[in-house]
Amino acid sequence: MKPELIKEVTYVPYSGNMAAAEAMRQINPDVVAAYPITPQTELMQFFADFVANGLVDTEYIPVESEHSAMSACVGAAAAGSRAMTATAGPGLAYMWEILGVASGMRLPITMTVVNRALSAPINIHGDQSDMMGARDQGWIMLFSENAEEQYDNLIQAIKIAEDERTRLPVMVGMDGFVISHSIERVRLLPDKAVEEFVGEPKVMYSLLDVDNPVTHGAVAMTDSYMEFKRQQRDAMEKAYKVIREVGEAFEEAFGKKYEHIETYKIDDADYVLIVIGSAAGTAKFVIDKVRERGDKVGLIKIRTYRPFPYYDIMDAIEASNCKAVGVFDRAETFGAVGGPLFSDIAAAMHLRGKSYPMVDFIYGLGGRDTNVNHIEEAIDKVKRLAAGEEVPLTNYLNLNE
Amino acid sequence: MAQINASEVKIPPLKKLTNYPEKLAPGHRLCAGCGASIIVRQMFMVANALNYELVIVNATGCLEVCTTIYPYTAWRSPWLHNAFENAASTISGVEAAYRALKKKGKLPTDKKIKFVALGGDGGTYDIGFQALSGALERGHDFIYVCYDNEAYMNTGIQRSSATPKYANTTTQPVGKCSLGKPQHKKWMPEVAAAHGIPYVAQVSPSHWKDFFDKFKKALLTEGPSYVNAFCVCPRGWRSKEEEGMTIAKLAVETNYWPLFEIENGKWRITYKPKNPKPVAEFLKKQGRFKHLFKPGNESRIEEIQKEIDKRWDWLTKMEELTNREG
Repeated sequence: MKPELIKEVTYVPYSGNMAAAEAMRQINPDVVAAYPITPQTELMQFFADFVANGLVDTEYIPVESEHSAMSACVGAAAAGSRAMTATAGPGLAYMWEILGVASGMRLPITMTVVNRALSAPINIHGDQSDMMGARDQGWIMLFSENAEEQYDNLIQAIKIAEDERTRLPVMVGMDGFVISHSIERVRLLPDKAVEEFVGEPKVMYSLLDVDNPVTHGAVAMTDSYMEFKRQQRDAMEKAYKVIREVGEAFEEAFGKKYEHIETYKIDDADYVLIVIGSAAGTAKFVIDKVRERGDKVGLIKIRTYRPFPYYDIMDAIEASNCKAVGVFDRAETFGAVGGPLFSDIAAAMHLRGKSYPMVDFIYGLGGRDTNVNHIEEAIDKVKRLAAGEEVPLTNYLNLNE
Repeated sequence: MAQINASEVKIPPLKKLTNYPEKLAPGHRLCAGCGASIIVRQMFMVANALNYELVIVNATGCLEVCTTIYPYTAWRSPWLHNAFENAASTISGVEAAYRALKKKGKLPTDKKIKFVALGGDGGTYDIGFQALSGALERGHDFIYVCYDNEAYMNTGIQRSSATPKYANTTTQPVGKCSLGKPQHKKWMPEVAAAHGIPYVAQVSPSHWKDFFDKFKKALLTEGPSYVNAFCVCPRGWRSKEEEGMTIAKLAVETNYWPLFEIENGKWRITYKPKNPKPVAEFLKKQGRFKHLFKPGNESRIEEIQKEIDKRWDWLTKMEELTNREG
């Protein structure tokens, strides 16, 4: 970080919701349309306070549903404005139809998803079923491990979405309550620095340009629909590079590294854990602990989930002494092999022609605690698998049975 | 909200109106005799005359599908389609973006813009109802125009809450045990008015002067307006293409489709037929009511007539009540 910036950086005790709202204040979007839902409600309340006190220029639309929140963002983005929203669990599910419209129309909307379980049974606590259920809707997906990452990721999301090579919406997930409601130390950047980093939005095909009228959202029949989808695939592939470039620009400006994945003590690891979200923090703690008794365990934390960083993950695994892999899924895909992340990792191995022994851990559904003991239990299973013992493919952690 | 006195804004004569360039280009794929394109062209005539640019959000439906098959578009105005049920929330976002960019001096134009959401009765009375209610309540500056052809015509004549009682539809067909739809139509303009919005109108393209005057008021209204437009559908109503305007006129002359407006809480019936015709004259022009003319079903037509009289009575009472002195 530049020395003059270091003086202006502040450290605050913030929750994930406060950090995300603060990022939104500094981004100062043109339009925010949102609907309150636990555990995102607080975020929306903080932002509404900014609006009520004139701290942002944003036109704020307190819509009557999440479906309308995303619909209004589509309208606002097509009209050439910078549009943001936030939601959680069932709210994201309710938006689902329009998520595909936003990506299909190539609108650079950015959104925080405070990851929450889906009904039934109704449950307001954290898991990643919401974003995993929306993973094929064409959005770039980032996940944060803590409040500061949510803040940083949201700022970067603006540049990733608006890049001419992508023009895709971005959602940034943080685990409900564990991140959204827990106070921790967060490094805040100066307003001016954030403003400069995100820059002015690049307007393309504005609906408000009445002298150059454009039709948005035309019908594509059998002769053209596939070509649109193919362009989305290309954009998503390009997003892989754009996310990396924006991460590098962020590091250059603010001194903190952001890559598709983060690794922890992986170089000499015999056993590799792969985690998304807040559980990565716990995993790092456990890794330190078990290494004291000689178990060489390493971690891959996935930040970019879509586009999926197959090669980054495989490079990291192959550079280690990997004897077995433990994948942590905070979502179910009933009837499939393991959880959603497990399937992605299996595909990554296939791309390299590798088949490390793999085991899947379903954890933290509906906010179920995943503590040090549960991760140790998982490591034990990975070790047993590496030693040639038979271990079930899918294992629920901290289940009452 | 600030209101421009609409009576001071004059619409030029029809001859002049027809000279403006068409903003809904010919060559679209709407059926012969479809009312939707007529409604849109009448809208544009008024907007052109008063120097308004319309920015349109169109719900999924006949109008949307038939005018924008990629790579073609019939629209010479900015136009957006999002989905079936969210034209009103989408236009909320467009209008909010306009306000945000205006505040920052970043609008690409200084022309007068009005935001118009267009939806069929399915996208308005049914699936888009929540989004519409939300947008009306929030008070966005836009006009919602429903082209009401009284069923889901785009997908093949399925019933909606705008379908009148005893109409034959494919999801409540006439059969041995069925006379078509068992329920009366929803009174949508009244429902819109219950949001306390500044302007609500019911129009028919057959009464174009009345249409022009009401769309002008909607254009000049600051805040939300709701316009319910009678839309003939020869395909869905099993009526003759060339009889569209005749049927639309009959709808008005029988009081089936009363022309009225609700302006800042004041109700006004804008056309009162001197001798209203019996509703049977309107019904008999349409195959969807054919079964009602079989012997033994006379009471069904009477039932429809009673519903029409009930609504007319309600409208006249509301007119009287809201215009009472003191």
